[in-house]
Amino acid sequence: MHYTLLFYFDGQGFSGRKDPETQKKYQDVWRPYRTALEEAGVVVAGGGLDAPGTARHLRVREGKTHVQDGPYPETKEQLGGFIVIDVPTLDAALDWAARCPIAAHGCVEVRPEIIANPCS
Amino acid sequence: MNPDAASLAIEQAARDSYSRLLAFLATRSRDVAAAEDALSDAFHAALEAWPRDGVPANPEAWLLTAARRRLIDVAEHNRVRAAAAPTLLAMADEAGEIAQEAARMHATFPDERLKLLFICAHPAIDETVRTPLMLQTVLGLDAARIASAFLVQPAAMGQRLSRAKTKIRDARIAFEIPGADELPPRLEAVLEAIYAAYGSGWDDVSGSDPRRKGLSTEAIGLGRLLLQLLPGEAEAEGLLALMLHCEARRDARRTADGAYVPLSEQDVARWSPEYMAEAEALLHAASQRGRIGRFQLEAAIQSVHAQRAATGRTDWESIALFYEGLVRHAPTLGALVGRAAVVAEARGAEAGWSLLSAIPAEDVKSYQSYWALAAHLLKRLNRIDESRAAYTRAIGLCEDEAARKFLSAAKP
Repeated sequence: MHYTLLFYFDGQGFSGRKDPETQKKYQDVWRPYRTALEEAGVVVAGGGLDAPGTARHLRVREGKTHVQDGPYPETKEQLGGFIVIDVPTLDAALDWAARCPIAAHGCVEVRPEIIANPCS
Repeated sequence: MNPDAASLAIEQAARDSYSRLLAFLATRSRDVAAAEDALSDAFHAALEAWPRDGVPANPEAWLLTAARRRLIDVAEHNRVRAAAAPTLLAMADEAGEIAQEAARMHATFPDERLKLLFICAHPAIDETVRTPLMLQTVLGLDAARIASAFLVQPAAMGQRLSRAKTKIRDARIAFEIPGADELPPRLEAVLEAIYAAYGSGWDDVSGSDPRRKGLSTEAIGLGRLLLQLLPGEAEAEGLLALMLHCEARRDARRTADGAYVPLSEQDVARWSPEYMAEAEALLHAASQRGRIGRFQLEAAIQSVHAQRAATGRTDWESIALFYEGLVRHAPTLGALVGRAAVVAEARGAEAGWSLLSAIPAEDVKSYQSYWALAAHLLKRLNRIDESRAAYTRAIGLCEDEAARKFLSAAKP
């Protein structure tokens, strides 16, 4: 069963990951987490996401394409990365979420994949 | 009537009598969920009646009568379809008689909580739900609180608990104290469930399981209750001694700014002498009974560690001997890793590593304590690349921020 772990960072978390001064601090905890997941053989996919301010939103309405910057969200915590894992139960997915370094500062959302996957 | 006095009385009744009332009602109805509902209604009724009419002379008897009335209502409501209704009615009558008797004689009703503990850890009940069931029925903790300690969602925990109660009712599992021949394995399950609530991991690496920290007081409460209900039971004494020794070190496990302190570097002045003394007395009593067991061995290991407070040194060779016994009694992953750690202290890193590396790789893929010890021993053996890789695994599997920082700083 696929579960997606969604990692929510605050603004400082986003800037800290890119700043050469503080980058190492992030790598020191995130790399081992990723390694542990990979060694356990549960990773399907994953990646880090840049700050919400770097996003572009695209919509097609009545044949016209609209591209917008942003969003510039007001909520404190924003999606900053995700990992899709393949584990047998939600309990196992929550175990991995608890090991995530961001759990102590931000938040980890755990979402199951819908059973009949319309994309596959 | 002062409403504050009434709510204080209700709170006190909930604290002192909830589990005894529930055990009494559940033992007779053989339906834990129905007993909980009836009792909960009784407490609601008390919230209305006591501030208005005053606190009754025997609050427990009052609550028992109210719960009984509720059980009769439910039984009559279900009579058309439920075969259990006659049992419920008979039980409710008995509860009523006892309540009246109690009110008359100002006496109390029989304590059936030991039966409730044995039901919670019954072999027919799924192992993962035994501890939560105990915390809910015997201590009255709510499902949400239990759920976060066990890292599941509250709704899922609620479902698991109610499935377990349905099973107790539908399988007509007997509420009874097991006979002498059956007692050791049944008691073992009760002890395991209580220890799971305490959640102590391997003390040297990560302290107690960060998830269960909030439940250690509750677990000790359960341990005390069990010993009160089964006085002189050596393994129950052993378990309580073990938990108290671990609890004695709670404050010493972290520096003032929250950094992790391994057991061997803890300031013994910050260990609680009261808890240690109580643990030692229990362990001494248990050792007189001539029935050695897993929890007494684990407590003995902690007792040797505790002696450092008096002697200033740790007798690793003694600890290694107790671990040998423990691995023979209960070869859990925790015991195997713990033994390797202690043998490394007593006889050198090479000896420790040869025990550790003999544990099958498949079993330790996600076992943080294994990787933390492997990292430490490989560093001591100067196998730096392997040590770094093991540190990476140990850090990646950490759930505890302080332990993660400690390992990151130790990584070569």
